[in-house]
Amino acid sequence: MTRPMTMAEKIIAAAAGVDEVRPGDIHTVEVDQLMSNDGTTHLTIDMYQKQLKNPHIADVSKLVWIVDHNVPCDSPKTAASHKKMRDFAKENGITFYEGQGVCHQIMMENHVRPGELIFGADSHTCAYGALGAFGTGVGCTDYLYAMVTGKSWVLVPETLKFNLHGKLREGVYARDLILTIIGQIGANGANYKAMEFGGEGLKTLNMSDRICICNLCVEAGAKTALMEADEVALAYLKEHGREPKHVFTSDEDAEYAQVYEIDLGSIEPIVAKPHFVDNVVPATECLGVKIDEAFAGSCNNGRIEDLRVVADILKGRKVHPLVRFLIVPASNAVYQQALQEGLMDIFMEAGAIVMNANCSVCWGSCQGVIGEEEVLISTGTRNFKGRAGHPDSFVYLASAATVAASAVAGCITTADRL
Amino acid sequence: MGRVFRFHKDVDTDQIIASQYLLYPNIEEMKVHTFESLDKTFAERVKLGDFVVADENFGCGSSREQAPSVLKALGVKAVIAKSFARIFYRNAINIGLPVIVCKDLYDHVQDGDEMELDMSAGIAVVDGVEYACTKLPEYMQGILDQGGLIASLNAAADDEKEDAR
Repeated sequence: MTRPMTMAEKIIAAAAGVDEVRPGDIHTVEVDQLMSNDGTTHLTIDMYQKQLKNPHIADVSKLVWIVDHNVPCDSPKTAASHKKMRDFAKENGITFYEGQGVCHQIMMENHVRPGELIFGADSHTCAYGALGAFGTGVGCTDYLYAMVTGKSWVLVPETLKFNLHGKLREGVYARDLILTIIGQIGANGANYKAMEFGGEGLKTLNMSDRICICNLCVEAGAKTALMEADEVALAYLKEHGREPKHVFTSDEDAEYAQVYEIDLGSIEPIVAKPHFVDNVVPATECLGVKIDEAFAGSCNNGRIEDLRVVADILKGRKVHPLVRFLIVPASNAVYQQALQEGLMDIFMEAGAIVMNANCSVCWGSCQGVIGEEEVLISTGTRNFKGRAGHPDSFVYLASAATVAASAVAGCITTADRL
Repeated sequence: MGRVFRFHKDVDTDQIIASQYLLYPNIEEMKVHTFESLDKTFAERVKLGDFVVADENFGCGSSREQAPSVLKALGVKAVIAKSFARIFYRNAINIGLPVIVCKDLYDHVQDGDEMELDMSAGIAVVDGVEYACTKLPEYMQGILDQGGLIASLNAAADDEKEDAR
């Protein structure tokens, strides 16, 4: 009889080929998939070509490379880094996407399977927990090691459990929920730990909500985020033509470092103020803060469900004349769906700027960057100092609804106040 | 002996090296922008053997390995903080940049203090006062001792060649 285990522990045990693991153990694991994007891949290739004595790829079918951060390319230097990545992928037969969307959205739509252990050279890889996969962010040396050996080492994390009860009120979104949780536990509240979500309240959340929640857990320091792949997740998987590797569930008597009970009905619209994601307040405390730009998009809130919320608010209204409102679908699949549903017409008529699927101003290097003293309200992942452009600029994070309403008002407001 | 560069809590990887420099061709071109948003003169002033000392949660945020890499490239001998965000911590060890947890040091040092670090003993000395640091788990110390993860991969490649003979 093995010890009772959490989902995170079970996935690591399976990947390590052992019956049981304990928090604090270090295990060598077989990695199922390896995602990398244009943020670091050029450096990985340099190390592969210049520093390895025996460069080879253990299993090329595990690799997925995605150009999504600086798309379209913004400079000759970036072009050279993209070319390096493109050429290497082609020469080595690596699955490759370019300009088709944000890496995590592409992974959710096309690759992630419940029960897998996935390394991504991007911190928001923890999003994959929405499909019951252990996704974790790594740097390019870790990535390279796993690319060459097919393996890596993992320190088994403790797990924090979040039991969700009831349902979110109308006008309150998953984004408000996860910002509330991050505010409660702090920017390092889950450092080195896994965050697991369960309870009957989880059933009220759709896949888009779940991805949004898991995606942002790294902002509390989490190593990974996990949700059981239930009927909602399995229906999404089937719809996208895939089968689970394995559906793991936590044992009822599994040990958690801490258990939190969250009443979804008590959550209200939230804003994270500059320059920390855990600097959260009720949106009502930020009413009237003047904005220069608004952004709806990113791996966190650029899905069709988010764009529908934005369209509902923009319909029959205009973006404030002093605000640039950037709307960026998270993938081309989302883009096409929005076209079919007529959402793009609403965005254009309202005066928004609709852009190609990419990371956009969420990472502040390519399109839509803001200038000195400017203020951005964003559905992006982070509001760090300078994250969206000039070091002396300001980013507020909120739900798609709060962002769209603010774009119309010209200052921070909630949708019910328009 | 190296000088202390002291930083606050929750220093994120965007502050260490901002996004707009990440796609530069190599670390050498990036390193002059290290800590640009917090201290424009850092890259000029820091010298081989200096230390970065910080409060809690150093290196939070993105998985960009460029963050520990630019510090190492500028000659930073070690980063000593009350705590580290996990991806930065792991990346630093993988590239051979010592990252050391010390709960007491930050509150007792000033920017510009001279410091000595005995890594094997896990002791930092400032103004004659010793500060005990937490030792790395054996597994991670092993990676660091080998000079990082790439060095260990190459050592394994050498072993395989040896075996094949």
